[in-house]
Amino acid sequence: MQITSPAFKENARGALANPDLQKALGHVRLGFIDKRQKAVDALPEFDALRDSARAIKDHALAHLDLYLEAYEEKVKAAGGYVHWAPTAADARAVILEICRAAGARTVTKGKSMITEEIGLNAFLEKEGIRPVETDLGEYIIQLRGEHPSHIIAPAVHLTRDQVEADFRRAHDHLPVARDLSEPESLLAEARRVLRSQYFAADVGITGANFLVAETGSSVIVTNEGNGDLTQILPRVHVVVASIEKIVPTMEDMSQILRVLARSATGQDMSVYTTVSTGPRREGDPDGPEEYHVVLLDNGRSAMLGTEFQDMLRCIRCGACMNHCPVYHAVGGHAYGWVYPGPMGAVLTPSLIGVDKAGHLPNASTFCGRCEAVCPMHIPLPRMMRHWREREFSRGLNPAAQRYGLRAWAFFARRPRLYRLAVSLAIPVLSRLGRRRGRFRRLPLAGGWTRHRDLPAPESRTFLQQWRDRDAARQEARP
Amino acid sequence: MNARDAILNRIRTSLGAAPGDAERRSQVERRLAEAPVGVVPARGQRPQKAKVALFCEMAEKVSATVKRVKKADDVPRAVSAYLRARNLPAAVRMGADERLKAMPWAAVRALEVRHGPADPEDAVGVSHALAGIAETGTVALYSGADNPTTVNFLPEHHIVVVNASDIAGDLETVLSRLRQAFGKGKMPRTLNLITGPSRSADIQQTLLLGAHGPRALHLIVVDGA
Amino acid sequence: MKQETPQKPRVGLFVTCLVDLFRPTVGFAAVKLVEEAGCEVEVPMAQTCCGQPAYNSGDREDAVAIARTTIETFEDYDYVVAPSGSCAGMLRKHYPALFKGDAWEARAAAFSARVHELTSFLVDVMGMERVSAAHVGSVTYHDSCSGLRELGIAAQPRRLLSSVEGLELREMKDADVCCGFGGTFCVKYSDISNKIVEEKAANIAASGAETLLAGDLGCLMNMAGKLQRQGNAVRVRHVAEVLAGMDDGPAIGEGGR
Repeated sequence: MQITSPAFKENARGALANPDLQKALGHVRLGFIDKRQKAVDALPEFDALRDSARAIKDHALAHLDLYLEAYEEKVKAAGGYVHWAPTAADARAVILEICRAAGARTVTKGKSMITEEIGLNAFLEKEGIRPVETDLGEYIIQLRGEHPSHIIAPAVHLTRDQVEADFRRAHDHLPVARDLSEPESLLAEARRVLRSQYFAADVGITGANFLVAETGSSVIVTNEGNGDLTQILPRVHVVVASIEKIVPTMEDMSQILRVLARSATGQDMSVYTTVSTGPRREGDPDGPEEYHVVLLDNGRSAMLGTEFQDMLRCIRCGACMNHCPVYHAVGGHAYGWVYPGPMGAVLTPSLIGVDKAGHLPNASTFCGRCEAVCPMHIPLPRMMRHWREREFSRGLNPAAQRYGLRAWAFFARRPRLYRLAVSLAIPVLSRLGRRRGRFRRLPLAGGWTRHRDLPAPESRTFLQQWRDRDAARQEARP
Repeated sequence: MNARDAILNRIRTSLGAAPGDAERRSQVERRLAEAPVGVVPARGQRPQKAKVALFCEMAEKVSATVKRVKKADDVPRAVSAYLRARNLPAAVRMGADERLKAMPWAAVRALEVRHGPADPEDAVGVSHALAGIAETGTVALYSGADNPTTVNFLPEHHIVVVNASDIAGDLETVLSRLRQAFGKGKMPRTLNLITGPSRSADIQQTLLLGAHGPRALHLIVVDGA
Repeated sequence: MKQETPQKPRVGLFVTCLVDLFRPTVGFAAVKLVEEAGCEVEVPMAQTCCGQPAYNSGDREDAVAIARTTIETFEDYDYVVAPSGSCAGMLRKHYPALFKGDAWEARAAAFSARVHELTSFLVDVMGMERVSAAHVGSVTYHDSCSGLRELGIAAQPRRLLSSVEGLELREMKDADVCCGFGGTFCVKYSDISNKIVEEKAANIAASGAETLLAGDLGCLMNMAGKLQRQGNAVRVRHVAEVLAGMDDGPAIGEGGR
């Protein structure tokens, strides 16, 4: 997909001025936060499970090569195929080859951020293969020619009215009189339309929440059941997953499952957790005849061993963006690529380069709420700061900003000079602002005063006053 | 170099790991062999009777409906009652599960039982679960001729029979039963862990039941089994 | 009976640059409170800024240099106290990270262990249970992010506020959600920051409280500036001003000095 991350500021301004989006974003705040909190409060072991989940992923990442080898062996033993894809282009090529071999004209898709990352839909369309998104949210945004604005709630940026308008436009069989005023009727319409697609598809493509080395299984976690229909009805099932999805054992998966749904939607468990191992077996009356796994690297192996390795623990629950004040303000599209919110602010520069995604790790107040709710204890603010360090050392941030900061640091490193400078400037400012107590406008402070008044300094600086007071005390001593 | 080796080499280089490091390999082998059980919540750890009660409570919390019956022979009548109460046609789809087969379906008048995988016309599917999980009100089913996976997803109503004695406290217990049945490191083609009926909140965060999978999940718990 | 300790703990007050420049009253209030808790307070003149603007902008070199100066200036005190969760968090949680693997690592760690945010110092370290102040009216308290999430400050200020005579605490909705300040964030991304502080201002107004309190001057200036730009009459003060009974002067951004 087209990268608009460099235009983050303009994207954000557009988002702030979009009343539909702002209305829709109100639902994020209401929908996710309380539910997560309730689910977490109801499980005394939640924090212990977070620690356990982190330890599992750390161990898996430290031995990733070996677990991938073990996993591959098991997939093969179960009759499946494993394809290794160093880059997005490699993954697209492998998937196309599988589709071609299957004679596919239509492929159904379960919800998968990794296929967004490799730009699969646009690619397949160009190759004459019709991809059909089956997750309700993904289906809606596919109708609109958009991309997900949230990693677990792709259409969270839309209102019901917008969805109704899209359905009326795209489903031309719909009688005008058909009542679609309730979300229920929209869901029923989507269900009806998509049912036929599952049967028409030759290939079903899903992502994976986990790959289990012990058994060679891929695991998807969903609520709608579309992922399951996608993988059991077509003749060929293709799993596309990035290499860090590996967990050693089924027990390890179970640990992470307990924090995943709670963090994502506030459910104890998502409706469908489906563990798939190889193709249809002898005597099976249903299920795919072929089972393929495409293992994507696309920059992950280069994150190992760096200050960004911890990001590979991410399980894509979306809790960080659900709790992010910046995400609440501008939504997911402003981030300009596949992954929005705090996890996107860390991951996107790794995958597309900090030169393009430089705004993302900067557009954070470091309020720390993302890290506080992250089920995998990923230190997101710290890693955003690491990106800022890289930008600073490469001179990528705006010159005015750099000079301003360095000037401040110059004084901060030199206490005497600092005291001298501020003891001259502050009393002047204080006098200027004496009557109103604040400034509506001030030279060089436009960034601040555009939206808010600037409180004027009360008086002389504290240090000035303290020194005078101390001196007076000394004198008063006998 | 092929893609596989390229990725594996890059991982090893980033991690600073030597390809033949015996210590790393033995750590991985040990973990795979032992599959240590991590933190298991206390919630599901209780006497069997209380486990069954918790299972029912948790399942109802996620909008499943639950009917408890005394013995396996009561299941067909419970199914029929469910269909009548919802004005559903008197027809169900099920696989070749021996436990289901042994139930007196013929005793229920005018109930058509179709066998084999589900097709889009089926309104109601009946499956027999491998196990229930009390901690979350989840049922575990696996694929095969006995309980075809399509039965779990295509019909609008999914009725799952689960024996009270098969209700475990947690997923870990079910996993160890699977290992006993299939062998270490092996899994059925599909293991479905199902917790309530299908749902979506994709339109304006409004939770709706019956997205693509079943609109209703009805659990029949057989106490005497 | 409580034994009189022969030597009072020596506390170095890290006043923070914003308090130094914009709101000296907070500094004097902090001194008063720490003295009331039974400590001797000193204010070293060689202090400037904690280095957070540089650190959070990726300028590690300047951040390290500033941190060195701060450590040298303050390491001889029994405790270092700052009337800010954000600056205390920088000194306590981030300085050790700056010197990881460096010759200064142990020195930084020893320094950081002695740093405390003001209300946390009073309650958690000195065991203060009440203050002798009065404030007739209703207040609402905003939890500043760094103090809340890096240092666990939430109960301490509320506990002390509950002992203030005549004071009624009216909790606002989402008191623990960011106000949109974020240091340089509020000028670099001023439109987003504005959206966030608008939400905050609405919650403050909805609480019906007459006064807004918080423990960080940066957040307070941001919220005061927004409230005043909106023409809202809510008064804004640092929590230390109320706890020390030094809340009779103009509030933040108020004229008439």
